[in-house]
Amino acid sequence: MRISKIWKYSLAAACLAAFAATAPAQTVKVGVVLPYSGVGAEFAQQVDRGIQVFMKLNPKAFGPYKVELIKRDSKNPSGAEAKTAVQELIAQDKVDILTGFIYSPDAIASAPLATEAKKPMVIMNAGTAWITNLSPMISRVSFSMWHSGFAMGEASAKNLKAKTAVVGYTDYPPGKDSLDAFKRGFEATGGQVIDAIPMGGPGQVPDFTPFFQRAKGKKPDVFYVFVPSGDHAVAVMKTYNALGMRQEGIKLIGPGDLTPDYKLQGMGDDAVGLITIHHYNADLDNPQNKRFVEAWKKDYGPTSTPDFMGVQGYDGMAAIAHAVVTLKGRLDPEKTIDALKGWKFNSPRGPIMIDPATRDIVMNEYLSEVVKSGGRLVQKNIGTVNAVKDMCKELKEGRCK
Amino acid sequence: MDPISILLGGLASGMVLFIVSVGLSVTMGLMGFVNLAHGGFAMLGGYAIVLAMRHWGLGFLPALGLAFVAVAAFSVVLERLLYARLYRASELDQVLFTIGLVFVMTATVTLGVGPETQVVQLPDWLRGQTDLGFIRYRTYSLALIATGTALVIALWLGFERTRFGARIRAAVDNRRMAQSLGVDVGRLFAVTFAIGSGLAAVGGGLGAEILGLDPNYPLRYLVYFLIVVSVGGLGRVAGVFYAALLIGVLDFVLKIYFPKGGTIFIYALALLLLLWRPLGLFGKRGA
Repeated sequence: MRISKIWKYSLAAACLAAFAATAPAQTVKVGVVLPYSGVGAEFAQQVDRGIQVFMKLNPKAFGPYKVELIKRDSKNPSGAEAKTAVQELIAQDKVDILTGFIYSPDAIASAPLATEAKKPMVIMNAGTAWITNLSPMISRVSFSMWHSGFAMGEASAKNLKAKTAVVGYTDYPPGKDSLDAFKRGFEATGGQVIDAIPMGGPGQVPDFTPFFQRAKGKKPDVFYVFVPSGDHAVAVMKTYNALGMRQEGIKLIGPGDLTPDYKLQGMGDDAVGLITIHHYNADLDNPQNKRFVEAWKKDYGPTSTPDFMGVQGYDGMAAIAHAVVTLKGRLDPEKTIDALKGWKFNSPRGPIMIDPATRDIVMNEYLSEVVKSGGRLVQKNIGTVNAVKDMCKELKEGRCK
Repeated sequence: MDPISILLGGLASGMVLFIVSVGLSVTMGLMGFVNLAHGGFAMLGGYAIVLAMRHWGLGFLPALGLAFVAVAAFSVVLERLLYARLYRASELDQVLFTIGLVFVMTATVTLGVGPETQVVQLPDWLRGQTDLGFIRYRTYSLALIATGTALVIALWLGFERTRFGARIRAAVDNRRMAQSLGVDVGRLFAVTFAIGSGLAAVGGGLGAEILGLDPNYPLRYLVYFLIVVSVGGLGRVAGVFYAALLIGVLDFVLKIYFPKGGTIFIYALALLLLLWRPLGLFGKRGA
């Protein structure tokens, strides 16, 4: 009696397993974790709109398979709320794949969960270099601080002919990453960093005057500044001009966080002449980007502009669509990672690829200068570095080993 | 590094502290009321300037005047409706009430205007650099130093040379005696409170270029205002002036030479000064 019961259950279980293995999943569930409320709400909006624009412009990207987005709010940048959100998405909503993640702590806190539950995780922003080493489930379509930092270091010496540099950075992990990256790139090409100035934390915009005055006193060829994108960047431009550093011949340079597309027009003429390097700006001249920006403005109004986070949302969705179609709607975790490795795509930011060795992105970095054209500020491309890898992992720096 | 431009930068940030804090010192000295919402009036002034310039196209100086009048008037309404009820309450009640008021102000501004930092658009003649003959420095910082100096002279004259000033000084030194000599301390306070809040509003607007302006302004700088007032001494215009300059210059210099240390030096300095002179550098023991 007893034995026959066990048999019965085993048989039923075996049938279920066989069924699950062959039947195609009807809907792919994508868990999206973004700070929809709180200080990062502006960033979440960029990424979310990027996702929407991808879905709208590419209705056939997912083939015959249906995709359901389940959105969760990761609120403040601590990582704790993101972790809870990921837990719920895995346990209750039974998602097939995770994406989003604006802040590095959010991605860092969620990485162990992705490993344990075997859920692929496509990172759409979080830029601390070593995040991709935290779980074999992680792949990144955004950037690492080293992409722009190292490339800017090289470009400063080669393109701008700078010999000396002062670095000013906001004192938190991405800021230190950016400083290290710039220093390595600049000194590898013959330049010398003569001073590095920590300029307060990311939580509030400080008065930059004393820090900039110190930098001015050192009379470097270039002043490399890393601050969080947004309000910090506006204050940097103002102080640089008010202290007359431009007249002293000190060039202000930095990663594209200094020139977020949606804040650029508000910076006014102060920003003219600013040189930055980044993987995207809304003025990039290629057909994919024209189509992307046009669709964006049509949906969100002519004054709204996508920035690098918007395009990262777009590309993240493209990566997921590629995995869904390749695996015929069934996102087996290991096979998903394999499908993403080496994936190539023609993004609005130009050609991109997921590095099969590191699961991090390989992309172009664009050196650009802010110029005035037709009454508005535009970022004029003055040089392109092709196929940039995350140099932190290439050079096996610190935690990137 | 060039010592004169460091000194000028420090003096400018000290002047901003002075303009915002002086009202707090006088009202706290006068009524013994712990008004932690003082920075809130500075923030409201800053927002009044930004909004008036943006929506009504007002110039910078008229907007400053408007902010002074509007915030002064608004503070009197609050004083009559709310503050007046708590004059005899314990200090803890006053602290709780004014901190609550700060939260209300912060939330209202976030809801009405938004959480982002606001930029006060300076007129062209205040931007860029000015050549002083021996040095070129930021025009706006020089303007702040001139404004602060003019203000301290005006306040000093008002305090020391007018009947109104004499009444305030009398009431700060010994309120009961002043009352028994026929000084209407309640009305005196309302007027001083309005002027103090109005000055804070002007300080919020003038200082936005240096201190920034966003809904968290009142809490972020509260400690600075309190340090300036306690080091300078309650109800002492000259004391607050010297304390603000001392703290502004030291903070600036230390940030240049030890950027990693942040604000820790200022707190240590305030601690030592207050251990040495608990009533502040210029405070007098009341009767």
